[in-house]
Amino acid sequence: MKIVVALKQVPGRDSLLRVDASLRWISETDLTFETNEPDAYALEEALQLKEKHGGEVVVLSVGPARVAQAIRGALAKGADRAIHIEEDLNDWDTLGMAQLMARALQPEKPDLILTGLQSDDLGYGQTGVVLAELLGLPHATIIMQVELRNGALRVKREQESGWFQYLELPLPALLTIQSGISKLRYATLMGIKRAQTKEVRKLTATGLDVISARSVEIRRVYLPRHERETEMLAGSPNEVAAQLIERLKFTARVL
Amino acid sequence: MSSELTAEAQRRGENPNAFFSASPRLRGESILAILEQRGGVYQRMSWETLAAAQQLGRELDQPVWAAVIGDAVSTLAAEAAGKQLERVYGVEHRLLKPYTPDAYVAALEGLLRSVEPFLVLFPHTYRVRDYAPKLATRFRRVLVSDVIGHRVEGGELLLVRQLFQGKLDADVQFASQPPNFASIQAGAYRADQLREGSAEVHTFVPELAPGMIRTRPLESFRDSGRAVDLSAAQIIVSVGRGIKDRENLHVIEDLAKALGAELAASRPICDNGWLPMERQVGSSGQTVAPKLYLAIGISGAIQHLVGMKGSKTIVAINKDPDAPIFEVADYGIVGDLFDVVPALTEELRKAS
Repeated sequence: MKIVVALKQVPGRDSLLRVDASLRWISETDLTFETNEPDAYALEEALQLKEKHGGEVVVLSVGPARVAQAIRGALAKGADRAIHIEEDLNDWDTLGMAQLMARALQPEKPDLILTGLQSDDLGYGQTGVVLAELLGLPHATIIMQVELRNGALRVKREQESGWFQYLELPLPALLTIQSGISKLRYATLMGIKRAQTKEVRKLTATGLDVISARSVEIRRVYLPRHERETEMLAGSPNEVAAQLIERLKFTARVL
Repeated sequence: MSSELTAEAQRRGENPNAFFSASPRLRGESILAILEQRGGVYQRMSWETLAAAQQLGRELDQPVWAAVIGDAVSTLAAEAAGKQLERVYGVEHRLLKPYTPDAYVAALEGLLRSVEPFLVLFPHTYRVRDYAPKLATRFRRVLVSDVIGHRVEGGELLLVRQLFQGKLDADVQFASQPPNFASIQAGAYRADQLREGSAEVHTFVPELAPGMIRTRPLESFRDSGRAVDLSAAQIIVSVGRGIKDRENLHVIEDLAKALGAELAASRPICDNGWLPMERQVGSSGQTVAPKLYLAIGISGAIQHLVGMKGSKTIVAINKDPDAPIFEVADYGIVGDLFDVVPALTEELRKAS
């Protein structure tokens, strides 16, 4: 079985984000990047499926040169090879990004495409679904469990408020994977060494014959306006504890 | 795969050689709210989406329409027709029960090509997350998902949505001709501001065939018995990633005990198995609105906030002063939870 994992590199969770001079995006200097967490779980699921059923895991990522690091990380964990579409992410909206990926995957003809349910940066939560539609594949989203039975998929989909549903769908298909559905593996030293010799094919939009045409645009990025008047309490731990209890008792009157 | 692509393109009447060619342009007059129902009952967020549509309709001077989808929706359509809007479409077909993305997208694609709306609004539910991006892609558009508000500046519509798990907000603008697509976050618009009225009801019967539906949905179920009903709790102490290790949970448990509170958590804690899933607050867990909610070591991703921001008083303790949780907090403490929480527990014990 050929499994493609689409993964994105995003600013680390603890990053201090600064709006850049254009006011339309963040300043990326001094930022550390990591693999988008739900995508890391998609990779883990792909590696487990390969261990059970055999085949190949191909990593696909769109982004600038820095993305090579995330790709190497995935290869070190056990992916077989990678496709890196080297483009500036800010030039593309979700549809454009999915078009790039669809073009790159057309000759690959994967049996299964896995990706995280959303990215921790833009959080549109739809690249996977859009990619499935462009490739004419059936899809299922927010998947907690994947089983392969008689050449078809049986998956567990998360729904609202603690509800779940099983679904069956034929291959080839695309699934978006929920975070936390298994335990992520670490790369071994041997894996890191092997990764150095694995194939990373570089593609560009020009080579793929895809033109950037945005259908949505970010006009401005800014710090959120407070929904509530927040009183910040400062002092030593004992002082803030005493202040908080006083406020909860006499101002908010909830104790 | 390419033959499927071609078939798909031909079915839509496009040039099969032009893989990414745009669909025929629609003119677009009206804001269409897609209402979600399950088993003949409207999902609560449907009314919030309709309230958003009414507000946008007034500000952009556009008529408001609504659509409800299912196998038999005349009662639901009549219910929606009691609101202030121009038309309600009952989109009916036996293949629309149960929900599948293939049938929903085909049905709504048919409706949109026939009625040509300017803007299509959805409630940002799990189901919408599953099919709305696919529908938007049929029209070569991007769904602006999880919208928390809007502004109209110089006649231009700006939609506000969160980036980076809520650390920043962005104004997003459509750069395409209609139809455009957006989904509305839970609680962003108020259903109690819906205006009453009376609308025409139209029935739309889409062209669907069993062969179009590739996924087979099986039964829905709940994993745990839900021994804990957090929605009934008066005080909730909730813990997140900041606790770092299962071994440290006692710090939070001690505080919960001192407050007589229920213990809850954000998703990563339950994913790690440190607390049972039934104690998870957020879009995939429970929605709570206690009189006091203490968020400890929780950064405040959107998925958590939608589950707790209705709480009467919110306290946030976090070492990151920029954590989005402070946006919804009444009282904030920037500091190490391992210093602050034991001090708080101690202070409460002294006071009692």
